[in-house]
Amino acid sequence: MADGNGSNFDQFAAGVFSNNPVLVQLLGMCPTLAVTNSVENALVMGAAVTFVVVMSNLITSLLRNLIQPHVRILIFTLTIATFVTIADMALRAYMFDVSKKLGAFVPLIIVNCIIICRAEVVAIKCSVSRSLADAFGMGLGFTMALTILGIVREILGAGTLLKQPVLPAAFVENGHNWVIMILPPGAFLTLGVVVGVVNHLRSRKATGGVA
Amino acid sequence: MSDAEIPPLPEATPAAKPVPESRSEFLVTSAPHLAAGVSTRRVMFEVVLAMVPLFVFAVYMHHARAVVLTAATLAGCLLTEVLANAIRGRSQASLSDGSAVVTGVILAFSLPPSLPPYMAFIGGVVAIALAKAVFGGLGQNLFNPAMVGRAFLMVCFPAAMVTWAVPVPLQEIGVDATTMATPLYAAARNEAIPAMSDLFVGTVGGSLGETSALLALIGGLYLVMRRIADWRQPLGVLAAVAIFAAIAHRVNPAEYEGPLFHLSSGALMFGAFFIATDYVGAPITPRGRLIFGFGVGVLVMVIRVFGAYPEGVMFAILIMNALTPLIERWTTPVPFGGHVAAA
Repeated sequence: MADGNGSNFDQFAAGVFSNNPVLVQLLGMCPTLAVTNSVENALVMGAAVTFVVVMSNLITSLLRNLIQPHVRILIFTLTIATFVTIADMALRAYMFDVSKKLGAFVPLIIVNCIIICRAEVVAIKCSVSRSLADAFGMGLGFTMALTILGIVREILGAGTLLKQPVLPAAFVENGHNWVIMILPPGAFLTLGVVVGVVNHLRSRKATGGVA
Repeated sequence: MSDAEIPPLPEATPAAKPVPESRSEFLVTSAPHLAAGVSTRRVMFEVVLAMVPLFVFAVYMHHARAVVLTAATLAGCLLTEVLANAIRGRSQASLSDGSAVVTGVILAFSLPPSLPPYMAFIGGVVAIALAKAVFGGLGQNLFNPAMVGRAFLMVCFPAAMVTWAVPVPLQEIGVDATTMATPLYAAARNEAIPAMSDLFVGTVGGSLGETSALLALIGGLYLVMRRIADWRQPLGVLAAVAIFAAIAHRVNPAEYEGPLFHLSSGALMFGAFFIATDYVGAPITPRGRLIFGFGVGVLVMVIRVFGAYPEGVMFAILIMNALTPLIERWTTPVPFGGHVAAA
């Protein structure tokens, strides 16, 4: 990935595909594994992280000429904590059920390494537009990865998609749903398979289609 | 001294049948070694042979279900093996070593007879794909593939995995009951348990091919006598279970069954001889194998006596698989002259 090179769109696309925070950088594993047992949780978590990373990158980039290098981590953390608190309270006010399901994982966005990584790698040294492009790319990439896991786990584990039944009712009633997919092992198994597929595609690309 | 003066090394004397299969490229010889002719394929063939009586008994007990279930796990295992080889660009040679067949049969024997065949198929796929192929194939896996497949099914389909069909010979005419409690489940709830003779012969409810302690013992002893299986793991398992059960029974005979019940019920005998003796998951050191077996036995009893599950062979084996590297470190023999400083 070229931080500082290429267009803003390249920076955005890198976050979604070639430098996807979850599937390529393997960052932010904690929410990835913990809240992807349904698509709804995954989407809300993705939206919360996108909001925080966009605002954090925006503020950090605006302040980048004022921040002394030795206090930058403190500034990052305070900025992130502020917006995580906002996101947490907004979720509790408007989406109480989902907020309860996500539990501690919304406050824990503060320590999500994706966000502090983007502040350190991009926002502290790039223009506002470049930082925003990067933040949207990373947020979308994170949401996309979580949603892929959520789709697989919700369909196999509960036979539904966004709470709408997609498989025959008998599937769940007769115990044919893959209970393991709703449970933590299902998160590890699904993530492992998805990362394996992504690595396979990347190695094919790297070797010019010869796997 | 020029090269010409060195007497040519005697070529490795080709014994009558020196190289098992087509592994000649690995052959590095100096002293005249004996080639025992023991290949992976041969070992797996003997294991399958030892399981034939159990399969015949399973067919007697569950008729077509036994055949269908075994075919389903075998299909899952073999297809996944083919697919894994294809993805990794390897030859399909690993198919003919028979290890996937053994995994499939052991998995099938450990499943409830009434399990839908497609679930058994998934178990076979998971066993080979997640427990064997992703680690690099035969010999690289940390855990026993059949037990991983079963553990996956156990968590995935909890209801179907604890539904035990009444074996055909035990069905009473005019009685509609199609499921029954296994002896271990009955014992865990202090209900009546079958007669000891039924338990030992295996004419009770339970997993497809594990109920008969007698036939597992015969097959197992055959493997031990043929030196295919080491005697140390089975001995360790049986000793640990017997001691543990004897103590528990002594403490409270009303609550805990005796050693004979525990030795002949569930998957114990089959697990001790066929699963704990797996070459890959168990330690390579002789003392380590005894410890491994003893650990399996103790864990089985801990789970049976104190745990939520009535049977613990699967978890015991998986846990001891995880401890195998540690056991090997403990039991590595000290070379002559004492330990070398830690490398």
